[in-house]
Amino acid sequence: MHELALARSLIEMVDDYALAHGARRVTRVHVRLGVQSALTRALHVSFRAASRGTRCDGATLDIEVIPLTVHCRLCDGVKTPSGPWNFRCPDCGRATHEIVTGREMQLAAIVLGNDGGAATHPG
Amino acid sequence: MCSVCGCNDVGADGHAHVEPTGHHRVHTHRHHHAHTEAGDTEAGDTGSGDGHRHVHGHDHYGTGPAGLTVPGFTQARLIEIEQDILSRNDADAAANRRRLTERGVLALNLMSSPGGGKTTLLVETIEALKGTLAIGVVEGDQETSNDAERIRACAVPAVQINTGRGCHLDAHMVGHALDDLPLAPGGVVFIENVGNLVCPAAFDLGEACKVVILSVTEGEDKPLKYPDMFAAADLMLLGKTDLLPHVDFDPERALGYARRVNPTIAEIRLSARSGEGMAAWLDWILARARKAAKGAVSSVPSHDAPAHA
Repeated sequence: MHELALARSLIEMVDDYALAHGARRVTRVHVRLGVQSALTRALHVSFRAASRGTRCDGATLDIEVIPLTVHCRLCDGVKTPSGPWNFRCPDCGRATHEIVTGREMQLAAIVLGNDGGAATHPG
Repeated sequence: MCSVCGCNDVGADGHAHVEPTGHHRVHTHRHHHAHTEAGDTEAGDTGSGDGHRHVHGHDHYGTGPAGLTVPGFTQARLIEIEQDILSRNDADAAANRRRLTERGVLALNLMSSPGGGKTTLLVETIEALKGTLAIGVVEGDQETSNDAERIRACAVPAVQINTGRGCHLDAHMVGHALDDLPLAPGGVVFIENVGNLVCPAAFDLGEACKVVILSVTEGEDKPLKYPDMFAAADLMLLGKTDLLPHVDFDPERALGYARRVNPTIAEIRLSARSGEGMAAWLDWILARARKAAKGAVSSVPSHDAPAHA
């Protein structure tokens, strides 16, 4: 499914950052995935496949799963429903469409390797 | 010959393959824009002017006071980024949307399961509208140009995109397809996505509206099973209603499920075969096309370069 496209997109982005910093290697990639993306396992697999031959080859992929939280107008607060696709406030039962977290697909941080890239002056 | 699909007719009929790893149209221009060699410098490359964003972040995450890195030096560094993984697609989608809006063209992204009836509905829709407004079609399928041929048989321009192993269209592919379609003010571009209720939901193409087609031969609980798709859609078409007498499908229940994941989704019930509900669907399109035409920028510069050149 689309995890391969996501992995490629992620790796391309990381590669660009590594290039801009003159690094040949990336050792860690930290990603935040909302629980609704349901891609954690799939992204691990596709990341490894898609990273071959790139600066991310061999990098560790850290995935931080972000739970679903919604804003309930009735209770006027941010609530955590019981399931990833349950949009009901756990306190009052009212359905809401105001998602606060849980849909993220975000590159949070990377760690660059210390193999010493070519001298680069990025500024 | 194409090494992925084996076809020989690359580009002969507007048939374009787009595949991120390098299928016929390999877009090296966007992959590090050709300066990946050692010693290569990024200085001053802000990438303006060609519609592509160049994400490097070097302005924000400098390598040191002098911004200099030296060979052999330890440089294990943590770089905080905070960027959406699909930001590249989203930027391409924004470019498509800007282009369509300026031209006054309505773009609709049609999505359904395989066999959901997208192409048949599209053919009937085109037959009904083609005398009234300019129509262009982008067809997305893993393989074959069968659907584009069905559309061209209606005498409207169609571009087939074969995604190869890809399961969805993305904004970059659609941007190229738009290059090959006439974009007339008040016109409509229908983008028929790859038949799939999962992946296409995640990729903004720059369309004005997402339309999901749920046919009555499917389970009425599809909105719950594939919530992302129904949550993303602006309009749900309940299709093949001529078959309702023969199937156990409760349209009210299906709508209820859809509203559970998307309280604001609109709904039209129709059958391309019997014509039932088609008038409401055509009115829905025409109203939006008129609105899009009003938004057209009166003088789109003649040098208007394709956003994905």
